[in-house]
Amino acid sequence: MSNVTIHAIFDDEEPLMSSAKTLKSNGIRVKDVFSPFPIHGIDPVIGVPRTWIAICAFIYGITGLSLGTLMMWYMMINDWPTDIGGKPSFAYYMNMPAFIPISFECTVLCAAHGMAITYYLRCWLVPGAKAKNPDPRTTDDKFLMVVETKPENKNDIESILKNGGASEIHYK
Amino acid sequence: MHAESEIREPLILGNKTYHQISEDIVRPIEGKATKQWYMLLTLAVICFLWGIGCLAYTIGTGIGVWGSNNGVDWAWDITNFVWWIGIGHAGTLISAVLLLFRQKWRMAINRSAEAMTIFAVMCAAIFVTLHTGRPWLDYWLFPLPNQFGSLWVNFNSPLLWDVFAVSTYFSVSLVFWYTGLVPDFAMIRDRAVKPFAKKFYSLLSFGWGGSARHWSRFEEVSLVLAGLSTPLVFSVHSIVSMDFATSVVPGWHTTIFPPYFVAGAVFSGFAMVQTLLLIMRKVYHLENYITIKHIEYMNIVIIVTGSIVGVAYLTELFISWYSGVEYEQYAFLNRATGPYWWAYAAMMTCNVISPQIFWFKKLRTNLAFTFVMSIIVNIGMWFERFVIIVPTLCRTFLPSTWNMYHPTFIDIGIFTGTIGMFFTFFLLFTRYFPVIAQAELKSIVKASGQEYKEKAKHAAH
Repeated sequence: MSNVTIHAIFDDEEPLMSSAKTLKSNGIRVKDVFSPFPIHGIDPVIGVPRTWIAICAFIYGITGLSLGTLMMWYMMINDWPTDIGGKPSFAYYMNMPAFIPISFECTVLCAAHGMAITYYLRCWLVPGAKAKNPDPRTTDDKFLMVVETKPENKNDIESILKNGGASEIHYK
Repeated sequence: MHAESEIREPLILGNKTYHQISEDIVRPIEGKATKQWYMLLTLAVICFLWGIGCLAYTIGTGIGVWGSNNGVDWAWDITNFVWWIGIGHAGTLISAVLLLFRQKWRMAINRSAEAMTIFAVMCAAIFVTLHTGRPWLDYWLFPLPNQFGSLWVNFNSPLLWDVFAVSTYFSVSLVFWYTGLVPDFAMIRDRAVKPFAKKFYSLLSFGWGGSARHWSRFEEVSLVLAGLSTPLVFSVHSIVSMDFATSVVPGWHTTIFPPYFVAGAVFSGFAMVQTLLLIMRKVYHLENYITIKHIEYMNIVIIVTGSIVGVAYLTELFISWYSGVEYEQYAFLNRATGPYWWAYAAMMTCNVISPQIFWFKKLRTNLAFTFVMSIIVNIGMWFERFVIIVPTLCRTFLPSTWNMYHPTFIDIGIFTGTIGMFFTFFLLFTRYFPVIAQAELKSIVKASGQEYKEKAKHAAH
């Protein structure tokens, strides 16, 4: 038999949090939670791993730094070295101090935009994407929990959610 | 949930539920625009069109139509460029630096301050793209392969650093701002009734749903962007100051410029935030979110940065005397007592003396006084850039090049035009975009809301 999806709506974050903890201790997995603002501490309870996005930003930053360095070395030292104001461009390390600002800017540019693009694509937040929340009230003041379960567990879960303070329960 | 000491004053006044916050933030967007809004917009658009006319005339005729001349070759345009870009800095400071320091009061003001940043940088960009004289060749500023004997842009030059710094700053600020806006657009989308509004905000909200996984990434992205924007904002104005400081012009060739420019930028930016927010909170009835406490916090930042700027002015004077270099000494003497002494006096009064009045708590919590002061500080900071540029260049090494600078009709027109553009964009922003980061605000209502704080107080006693 196919699984049932339960949508439980809460009026606040605390009852949702405690219900999620109860479900977890009963060995039932919460599939997802939709809320109007980030609920701190919910991630380990519902099994959301820590995001890798900061590490991605670091890698993009290193890439930006390397590309910037390569660009300046190629243009100033390798391709067309020019003596500007009595400061000849003999070697990269000699001109390095003057290259620091742009190295920094290239690092930030790539780290910030690379991370933002990764974030938007990874969450599939793109113009024209369909709204991902199952109930439109979750961006206003309601907190929605999605639980996927086998039909035989349905009643147990429903009683946990009701006792936990869910104001509405829907089956999909 | 976050706990907060009960001694701290509430950041959200009144009895606010999550739903009430949504209602309050959306009211200006869903309701009809007021008469004042249309009047202000008309005025701003007229100024903007005036500026476009002057811009068109400048491009068609050449920058000879400006008052800049052979001695004073940088004048109003660079003054305005530095002024606008400085104003932009407060937005990033509020959204990034205050995020890193976990200052919750930023949440009511960061959205509009960041919008201000973006519009101010756009205004600044007009001046730099135009002052090259042939703006249709501005792509020469970028390191593009070309047919002029493989000649590349000069990476040793602070003017090129500026190109990289300002464009990075603009694009990163835009992304930071937009990322924060997405959940709030989704809130407007989900309650929109009119089909066009629904479509419009669905498009802008990128399909945001607010799942736990997305919130976790959202918070990480905000934190890392704040961490990246913080050194970025310091680098931008430091680099702007190096446009002056790396030149061998007495009065400009000083190592104090970078920190002094950054402090000045934050100083003027906060003043502009005050000007905008004091009007906005009144017109859109946001007094419960942008409270007197918020205004006071910003005034404290103004005292601190204004004092740093004051110390920098005095240090410059002392060092020029102590250096024993007569050209340096003359440059500063000329600023204070030369033909533009009145600009120097205006700068000193507006920037050094007037912010010190904010030491009185009565005055820094007085809205009318704060509004007047915010205008005074902005005028003072405009004069600071004018004093650095014009009086210095009108008395350089060769007395035969000494001459006065007079702005023309066109100079004034373009500046008025950028002010018009800034306010046009800001007025449109307040009408169609959520002016307060409501998702963030909802997360602190239980820790910093007035009602909850009072309940906690009663429970403790």
